[in-house]
Amino acid sequence: MKKKKRFALNQESTSYLMMAPFLLLFSVFTVIPVFATILISFTNYNVLETPEFVGWQNYINLFVHDDIFMKAMSNTLVYAVITGPLGFIMAFIVAWILNDMRSDFARALLTFIVYVPTLSGTAFIIWKLIFDGDVYGYANSFLMSFGFVNEPVQWLTTEAYILPIIIIVQLWMSMGTGFLAMRAGFSSVDRSLYEAAAVDGIKNRFQELFYITIPAMGPHLMTAAVLQITSMFANAAISENLVGSPSTNYAGHLIIQHLNDYSSVRFQRGYASAISVILFVMMIAMNKLVLKALDKVGR
Amino acid sequence: MSKIKNGVKRLFSNRTKTVNRSKSGNAVIFIFIGIIAAYSIIPLFLLVSNSLKPISELYIYPPKWVPINPTLDNYKVLFSLMSSTWIPFSRYIFNTFFVTIATTVLHIVIVSLAAYPMAKHTFRGKKLINTLVMYSLMFVPAVTDVVNYMTISKLNLINTYAAMILPNAYYTLGLFLLRNYMTTIPTSLIEAAKMDGCSELGILRKVIMPMAKPAWLTLVILMIQNMWGQANNTYVYAEKFKTLPAALSQITTGGLVRIGAGQAVGVIMLIVPAAVFIVNQKKMVETMASSGIKE
Repeated sequence: MKKKKRFALNQESTSYLMMAPFLLLFSVFTVIPVFATILISFTNYNVLETPEFVGWQNYINLFVHDDIFMKAMSNTLVYAVITGPLGFIMAFIVAWILNDMRSDFARALLTFIVYVPTLSGTAFIIWKLIFDGDVYGYANSFLMSFGFVNEPVQWLTTEAYILPIIIIVQLWMSMGTGFLAMRAGFSSVDRSLYEAAAVDGIKNRFQELFYITIPAMGPHLMTAAVLQITSMFANAAISENLVGSPSTNYAGHLIIQHLNDYSSVRFQRGYASAISVILFVMMIAMNKLVLKALDKVGR
Repeated sequence: MSKIKNGVKRLFSNRTKTVNRSKSGNAVIFIFIGIIAAYSIIPLFLLVSNSLKPISELYIYPPKWVPINPTLDNYKVLFSLMSSTWIPFSRYIFNTFFVTIATTVLHIVIVSLAAYPMAKHTFRGKKLINTLVMYSLMFVPAVTDVVNYMTISKLNLINTYAAMILPNAYYTLGLFLLRNYMTTIPTSLIEAAKMDGCSELGILRKVIMPMAKPAWLTLVILMIQNMWGQANNTYVYAEKFKTLPAALSQITTGGLVRIGAGQAVGVIMLIVPAAVFIVNQKKMVETMASSGIKE
């Protein structure tokens, strides 16, 4: 009895030892920084001077005096509300269709085709040629040859088009790891469930989808949602490279760019931390909300 | 026409022989997947095609889908620009390979050491660590940039390889995927190895890792994708530590003449991760099968 207890303790310390390298890096670069960021957000830290406690001032400035932040906030919300669900549904339908295909080759090929835009952080520069502002752009030449427009549209510098273009390009890059999780989710649904369902009177593939497949792959849908939401918020490169930073009248300005602007251009790190905290809270809230909703669907 | 119909029918015939698939449903699905595939592939096709155009063809109306006189000039321009860089271009290539490989190896070691106890042992604080890892998947790393910069500079790691490697090596998605995969390995195997006198490290090396191969190979792929394209590392200013994407993006921001070269860069940066993905697609999907979140 005594011996067994010592063994258990030993195993516990072995566990901690094995996890030590991970826990060290994870604490130093993720866990502690999150709390430190919250603290710094209440100071006026600017790299050169010693930080001074300023209370809620940074947050008050953000919400009351910083019009560009409010613009970034509303852009980000519009962007997230459109890109998130659309990207998720698109990935879901594609994964569903692929799962239904009989040919392994066609499935592998189509998976590759939809996944490949997410593979490179630089390939999206082609959209710059597609939405080029002169007649040599593909979008302009296409519209002009059909007579929809008479002169080239300045896609990347016209306020009204900037956010939609960012959304189009982000959707193009949205079939990432989350999509693979969905594909795996479909293929891991127990086949015998379908046979049982057919006996129970399920008539078409839509009924099959809603009564069998979706409830069975709930956990995968959750993973896919989390991965997609996070990658959607992380992508500042599209906006920076296609429409510039800042874009015309900040029409494509997202919170993450506002953050980069204040932390690595203006060096107002206290202010930047406040932006980080708001972004952090927004992302956790959005993820939690989506997980709750998906959990309900899964039941 | 009937040939196409037959093809479509064969493509979607019910694999499980359960519910009948309607023909009109097949047609809708076929059109939908066609549109999505076109949306994905046409820009990439244009990327490759434009990288093969001579400069004169980049400015003709209407723009051509396929180059009239395909040429490798844009790629050659890259090479000649490479020979005129401040530091030898081979240094950028070396840096990219070194940082990618070092981060990937370290990542696999760190994460597999942590994933095994997380999947198979019981200890105090496990639930807390699990929760923290879950939460870390829910926000962008940029949130902690301000503090991480301070940490890196306090540790005197600005302008070192370590500054590029360490903040990436513990990638929590990797831990999450590997941990989930390892929980599906039967515990009886571990107990049998223990009976044979295997140490915990021995079990990890001889029993767990061979069985979790699809999972850690997936992490290798994700990490290569991640590191290969990483262009702007904020902790490195010295030119001699910069990587390929950073160098290439400097080249391509050099004005109009370089638009074709820019497309060539896009193609080059895509080839490596695309090749890696093609080879390992099956393993990735297999790994993601155990990736579900349980609330």
